[in-house]
Amino acid sequence: MLEAIYLDGTEDTPKIVLDKANNAFEISGRSLPEDAAEFYEPILNWLEKYEGQENPKTNFMFKLEYFNTASSKLILDILSKLETIEGASVTWFYHEDDEDMEEAGEEFSELVDIPFDFKTY
Amino acid sequence: MKYIYDLHKTMLNQNLILVYEGEFTQEITKSVLAMAERNMDSFGEEAAVKRKVFNIMVECLQNVSKHAFSYETDTYGKNSAIFMIGKHQDEYVITSGNAILNEEVDGLLAKLQNINQLDREGLKELYKSIIKRPGGLTEKGGAGLGLIDMARKSGNKLGFSFEPINDKITFFSLSTKVSRSTKE
Repeated sequence: MLEAIYLDGTEDTPKIVLDKANNAFEISGRSLPEDAAEFYEPILNWLEKYEGQENPKTNFMFKLEYFNTASSKLILDILSKLETIEGASVTWFYHEDDEDMEEAGEEFSELVDIPFDFKTY
Repeated sequence: MKYIYDLHKTMLNQNLILVYEGEFTQEITKSVLAMAERNMDSFGEEAAVKRKVFNIMVECLQNVSKHAFSYETDTYGKNSAIFMIGKHQDEYVITSGNAILNEEVDGLLAKLQNINQLDREGLKELYKSIIKRPGGLTEKGGAGLGLIDMARKSGNKLGFSFEPINDKITFFSLSTKVSRSTKE
């Protein structure tokens, strides 16, 4: 069984939930780590293992308040990984008056081939 | 001791709400961000404006901590540089200044000039073309997107200048504006 990852958010790293048993997949909060590659490595590794034993549906929730450009590159890596996972979809949350976050989600959706659903909060 | 009063007056005249001079690390970045956030909260700045300022600050501060060239480390410490925020009637101005190697000037200048001649759509295309480039982050941990992102979030041209320090290094200043009226 693939062990779940739960990380609490901090002032510069997001909350992470990767839980196959409960079918919960989430990245939320602030992502401004100095070393984005290092922070996201375990997440990408987890998705690597998840591929091939995925649930019928994998809805990945992104609910980010801020992310830096280094994180944006890694978010694209996560989305590219999700592309290879059968039944994967994304729900992209953005604050209702946050046009930049809405546009960021739209751009990611144009860069990968996964169904995106947009929701405001 | 008059310099204290002079510095104070300069800060007031320039409407500077925050100035930091010294070493730039992730810990310092977080502290500076927290101070600026509290400051903007204290007079109830609009959330949309606050977010833009915060975003640009992050890129600016992390650019400095990644790229500032340390010189005379005995005197200045590692990556000594300056960062400040001015709050004006209509806009915030986010400014940084740091030393870079002379051989980096041409490349950086070309990058800035290219960004400044692009419109909103052009910046978006440039951003997308760079983000999807294969290969990970640079050895400094950057995505090569910071300046483009600052220009996009700002909606204004980036201000910059290069002041030669000596035959090895140049002082690079960068300023980014965020309009305080969210209506465009």
